[in-house]
Amino acid sequence: MRYLPKSPADRAAMQQAIGIRSIDDLFSPIPAEYRLTRDLAIPRQMAESEIIDWFKQRAKENGEGYASFLGAGAYAHYRPVVIDALVQRGEFLTSYTPYQAEFAQGTLQAIFEFQTMVSELTGMDLANASMYDGSTAAAEAVMMAVRVTGKNSAVVARNLHPEYREVLTTYAMHQEIPLTTVAYTDSGQIDLQELEKAMGDDTACVLIQSPNFFGTIEDVEAIADIAHKHGGLLIVSIAEAVSLGVVEPPRAADIVAMEAQSFGVPLGFGGPYCGVLATKDKFVRQMPGRLAGQTVDKNGKRGFVLTLATREQHIRREKATSNICTNQALVALMVNIFMTVYGKVGLRELAKQNLAKTAYAAGQFGKQSKVLFAGAPRFNEFVVQTTEDPRAINSRLLEHKIVGGFPLRKFYPELGHAALWCCTELTTRSMIDKAIDIAAGPGAEGERSVRSLNNPEPEEVAR
Amino acid sequence: MTTKHITRKATRHVNQNEGLIFEKSSPGKAAWKLPPLDVPEVDPAKLLGKQERKDLGNMPEVSEIEIIRHFTRLSTWNYAIDLGMYPLGSCTMKYNPRVNEFVARVEGLANGHPYQAEKISQGALQIMKTLSDCLLEITGMDAITLQPAAGAQGELTGLLMVRAYHESQGNARKKILIPDSAHGTNPATAATVGYAVENLKSNDRGMVDVAALAAQMNEEVAALMVTNPNTLGVFEQEIHKIADLMHAKGGLLYMDGANMNALVGKARPGDFGVDVMHLNLHKTFSTPHGGGGPGSGPVAVKKILSPFLPTPVVITKPDGTLGFEYNRPQSVGRVRAFYGNFGMFIRALAYIFANGPDGLRQTTEDAVLNANYIRKGLEGVYDLPYSTPSMHEVVFSDKVQSKKGVKTMDLAKRLIDYGFHPYTTAFPLIVPGALMIEPTESEPKEELDLFIEAMKSIAEEVEEDPQFVLDAPHNTRISRLDETAAARKPVLRWKPEQE
Repeated sequence: MRYLPKSPADRAAMQQAIGIRSIDDLFSPIPAEYRLTRDLAIPRQMAESEIIDWFKQRAKENGEGYASFLGAGAYAHYRPVVIDALVQRGEFLTSYTPYQAEFAQGTLQAIFEFQTMVSELTGMDLANASMYDGSTAAAEAVMMAVRVTGKNSAVVARNLHPEYREVLTTYAMHQEIPLTTVAYTDSGQIDLQELEKAMGDDTACVLIQSPNFFGTIEDVEAIADIAHKHGGLLIVSIAEAVSLGVVEPPRAADIVAMEAQSFGVPLGFGGPYCGVLATKDKFVRQMPGRLAGQTVDKNGKRGFVLTLATREQHIRREKATSNICTNQALVALMVNIFMTVYGKVGLRELAKQNLAKTAYAAGQFGKQSKVLFAGAPRFNEFVVQTTEDPRAINSRLLEHKIVGGFPLRKFYPELGHAALWCCTELTTRSMIDKAIDIAAGPGAEGERSVRSLNNPEPEEVAR
Repeated sequence: MTTKHITRKATRHVNQNEGLIFEKSSPGKAAWKLPPLDVPEVDPAKLLGKQERKDLGNMPEVSEIEIIRHFTRLSTWNYAIDLGMYPLGSCTMKYNPRVNEFVARVEGLANGHPYQAEKISQGALQIMKTLSDCLLEITGMDAITLQPAAGAQGELTGLLMVRAYHESQGNARKKILIPDSAHGTNPATAATVGYAVENLKSNDRGMVDVAALAAQMNEEVAALMVTNPNTLGVFEQEIHKIADLMHAKGGLLYMDGANMNALVGKARPGDFGVDVMHLNLHKTFSTPHGGGGPGSGPVAVKKILSPFLPTPVVITKPDGTLGFEYNRPQSVGRVRAFYGNFGMFIRALAYIFANGPDGLRQTTEDAVLNANYIRKGLEGVYDLPYSTPSMHEVVFSDKVQSKKGVKTMDLAKRLIDYGFHPYTTAFPLIVPGALMIEPTESEPKEELDLFIEAMKSIAEEVEEDPQFVLDAPHNTRISRLDETAAARKPVLRWKPEQE
């Protein structure tokens, strides 16, 4: 086996040194009836070339070469080449959590820079070293708010990512944290009157997303006022981090629970991604997850260590702030490098391109279908309502190697035939025009011949 | 120090100083370039109104070469498996094959969107299905979820299922039994699921005390969480008796799979009575630790627990294609958005393919051989608190050295000077001053010999000049850091000096 660095002679010498006759002697502590005496029924040992061929074949069956308008919590942005060049350095890739600080300053300083940039971008005082993803970060933020306030229920916006809500439901169930969901208005934003009504003496926090699941930007200050008036915290979940380049960060929030995938992390069929929590100084001791802090060595030289570990499971065990142990260090490093590449000016320009592409696409869609929630500002997603079922539109688009918007019926049946579309800087004008043309359905210019062959629907269905 | 303690493995080498990236920033430098817009420009102020952001604060402005140098310089301050042995006990720091990284970046897999239609997701689904089948065969279990993002989330998922199972039987029960040798995540997880934690004492051989378990087991206990081999590297020889005791009173047996590297291809938890277990793909299945993540913590279960698996579950549809099943009324729900750390599934499966059944078995045998070789080499030099046979890791204590005032952490810091990453210190808690050493299968005999030599040399140094060891490390960029100051007045971000 090519990963194993021993010759038969090495093994024999080592067995002799230990004083055993056969390797089986070392497995004698396992009762004989549980020792496996056959080969595992798994694929045979493969050469590297065979492994690559197998996965390339799977990639071909996986939408390779398709243009996509999907967002909904996972965004296709350009990934600068330096990211993979740097994260594949063995010293980053193959090191452990930096508990031995003297031997891990590279990782620790990188985390410190990550924490700094996330704080700058979110408008918070501090950020942690990362969480599993945006969904678990949001759930952990709610549990943190419960600890901070001593109150025990949470109010959640219905336009928070539906899967984030599902994760929160799972986490909250056995913490006995009751959850109340608040509807959205015609602008796609959270209904402030309903929110006001949902607040109670026991409300630890309000959890919203901005830009929300529909791509609409929330009035964070107004929501914060309501939350604070009732003695609760405001948690803002950000699923599209690129928005922070041009959208005012939620400075009035108490906790920001972010998914930073947009910053240089591959879509990768849903993970690994990079959650992160940011908050105000005064809440730091209730924050879950790892934190890198600056200090000095005995010669006064600047260095970094993991700090405030007394919050964590390996010290506190069942009294810890969370059971979280692993974070997403290598993915956080991708995010870190992305933020460094684009920086103060580039992030804004990048975000502006997203804004422009989306404004164009929404405008074009608006000519033939209804674009919902036009009453509030949006970033790079918008909801299109059609007369035709978006799933039918999507299967038509698929024939042209285009992945259409995310159908909303499963999570928001009240919106009817609606789908969530996303444009980023990678979306081209010709892609947008083509998709709109095909989505328009039978009868649309240039699509007649294809339609008549593949889709017998009458023209008026799509119009 | 006498010359005889000069290490053969490491030497001093010039490395670069490097400030924080913010200290290199100045206006006008850039590492990015966007293509020209092919749609009309927009005015953010007009579109966003008061929601427009005008200032990005202290975000850096630097050029590409500075970024490459910055992170390359930082990287050289780290130790890594690629540089040498990383004997952290219970962490399984094994070689991370490069083909894993290559295939994870293949276009189509790296760019797949989690919500793209199942029709064009067959490749990803096939990867999930094949990995699931392999892991089920390796563990001897019946059903699996790949969704949990890491081992600790796997524990959470497993215990949620335990709870859902008991609730379906009419009684959620109240507590989880956890041996005193357990990893800290175990009790933290139990608390998260709303269970009380009851400690279970180990016997004088470092194993679960079966008599104590029999006395503590009752209808209030939902499950026992064991790690097997346990954190001492000892196989729980009476594991089936333990399982029988649990099952007789309606309880379940949870196994923390952190130490699965001792068992793959040699024994299967499903065969010795385990009902639910998690695996750590970043330990046993070679996905990189990456300085602290991402992990991946699949949970495998026996049939009785399969109705409770998180949604969605990968299924084969009537037409033979693969798909996700969401309609599972007894499911514990979702523990993470989408389907888990898919990129780690690719890597783990590539590792399994590279090994095959013979390679995995040899891997386990070499891992156990390496640990026992170190044990033999250091027995008599360091105190061995439990003489029970070791599997894939060995736990010594600092009992001898602490008489000179030198503790396990001090020995560990001195080991850095010898060019090795320290072992796990001060864990498990049942061994005062523990030195927990797990070499994994990835070490050649030469590296093990160097390690043994280094550990012996350090033991001699403790006798000759304990202060020298207490002051270690001597050869690193920085000496021991003031952790108390870091915690007392936390500085968790950079700020410009004028502020």
